[in-house]
Amino acid sequence: MERKPLHSVKPPTPSSSHSPEDNAGGSVKLVHAVGMHARPAVKLTKLAKRFRARIAIRVVGVTEWIDAKSVAKVMAMRAPCDSTIEFAATGADAGAAIGALTALVANDFLDIEG
Amino acid sequence: MRFGFANADQRRPGHDEAGTLSAALESAARDLSALAARIGADAECLEFQLALIDDEALIGRAFESLGDGVAADVAWRRTMENLISEYGDNPSEYIRARCLDVADLRDRVLNLIHGTVKAVESPAGAIIVADDLPPSRFLELDWSEGGGIALSRGSAMSHTAMLARARGVPMLVQIGDIPHATRALLDAELGVLELDPSDEQMRAFEASRASHAVRRGRAKPLDDRPRATYRGEAVRLLINIEGPESLSHPAARFADGVGLMRTEFMFEGRDEAPDEELQFQTYAAVLNWAGEKPVTIRTVDAGGDKPIPGLSETGEANPFLGVRGLRLSLRRPDVFSTQLRALGRAAVRGNLKIMFPMVTAPSEFAAARALFYRVVEDMKAEGLEARAPELGMMVEVPAAALTIADFPAAFFSIGSNDLTQYVMACDRTNGAVSHLFDPVSPALLELIRRVVGHGRASGRNVSLCGDAAGDPRHTSTLLNCGLREFSINPNALEAVKNAIFENLSEARLD
Repeated sequence: MERKPLHSVKPPTPSSSHSPEDNAGGSVKLVHAVGMHARPAVKLTKLAKRFRARIAIRVVGVTEWIDAKSVAKVMAMRAPCDSTIEFAATGADAGAAIGALTALVANDFLDIEG
Repeated sequence: MRFGFANADQRRPGHDEAGTLSAALESAARDLSALAARIGADAECLEFQLALIDDEALIGRAFESLGDGVAADVAWRRTMENLISEYGDNPSEYIRARCLDVADLRDRVLNLIHGTVKAVESPAGAIIVADDLPPSRFLELDWSEGGGIALSRGSAMSHTAMLARARGVPMLVQIGDIPHATRALLDAELGVLELDPSDEQMRAFEASRASHAVRRGRAKPLDDRPRATYRGEAVRLLINIEGPESLSHPAARFADGVGLMRTEFMFEGRDEAPDEELQFQTYAAVLNWAGEKPVTIRTVDAGGDKPIPGLSETGEANPFLGVRGLRLSLRRPDVFSTQLRALGRAAVRGNLKIMFPMVTAPSEFAAARALFYRVVEDMKAEGLEARAPELGMMVEVPAAALTIADFPAAFFSIGSNDLTQYVMACDRTNGAVSHLFDPVSPALLELIRRVVGHGRASGRNVSLCGDAAGDPRHTSTLLNCGLREFSINPNALEAVKNAIFENLSEARLD
């Protein structure tokens, strides 16, 4: 089993030298506020891992950018009521990743508990 | 019984540390997947542990330190313990409760690395007494013959608690040191662990357990229940909360609103009273969660058994009969005005009601109301958005219950804990008089009926928010007193709702 540590996570800047389709960003309001519970955190990171793009997530005005593929980090992300979740991705499938992730949050993680 | 390891970790020369760690992780993932497949819907914590094993950023750090010559078990333990201390510092109780999931995974993988299999045998039906109980251990135990859990520490928000709740395994948390005993009775409805009980206690317990089993057999989860009614009147079940954190309880969304939000928590553990903005944000967060549902916020109830340094009086010979609740707030208009300003501003954000604690005389209520109206007028003059919502009071002093019609309050909430204590003249924490502490004794019921009667006659809402409201054994008695609104801990919602339906079906049989 080969494991490589990820690079430290930075928000990809839209003005970087990559072509425009390599970068994408999007934000979405958290419907089911009060915190990122275990099941939503697992769902979100699992979905993020389906994409090759590097993906960062933050709660606007509350948390720093963190790695959206790390459940350990996403689990501890506190998202208060009415907060806005923002994603930023770099990589070939960045646009698709942002679309899928914002839809997951907008749909209240589908079968979220509590 | 403790879960953890005291083995000395040693680097073994010539040993493939990366291979050892990889193999242990793969094996742990297989075991967890198999366990998750077996238990199905309750597998949330196992899914989280599996996701942790799959978290490359996290696991990568353990593998990285192997490169620095650290043994597999040491590297793994460090990585998990860093995460535990990170979660342990989080202000959210829910996230702090995840430390147990991480410690559970840490030990599972360490067992695999060390080749030790821990087998703590416990017979079916036993009461597990421990510091804390990891969820995977809960799942390995045989609960088919009953049994229970009593934890010195633990959290009601842990995955173990969620599993226990889902399976109806009685569990007590945070009960402190537990002395050694050979026999024990655990009553999670009452929150009591009786050590070395007498034969008489055993017989009484068996009877109460049998009736509980019957109720439980007919119980349904909250989702399957329509709104409760009794004698054609809607029965509202609201929740008591300590702050916005309490709203993450899975049952909270089934509540008809917040019947009691305590505010003492904002004043605890800080050098000075919380400022207006912090209070406003906190109240607004709860109102936002509730939407159109009502939220009753109680002004700070310090003093008595809840001293707050810097706010409550010190050196009182008898704090329960001293300066507490509204008495204290009226002596500290600076602190009280700040809270009232924050509440007046929050009132425009939702269906807020404000309630004063420990009201004894109508003049106290009038003074608090006058101060509140003045504060709201001041804010409007400052150009701030503010509103004066309904003002109500707790009924927990016998004098207030006896002269209830003299109080110009818009609603009443009976605080049965303090009311019982003051009516029966017994300290609820003193075990020697616990037989007298009966919230449904005739004296209490007399007062409850009096307040409910006044409420019905004058069109004012009356609810009950003490522990008695959350005890399903009292539901029928309280309904018969005319009460149609209860405010209870989110934990008790299911049991009380089931008790209301139980009552209905028994009433039909009569």
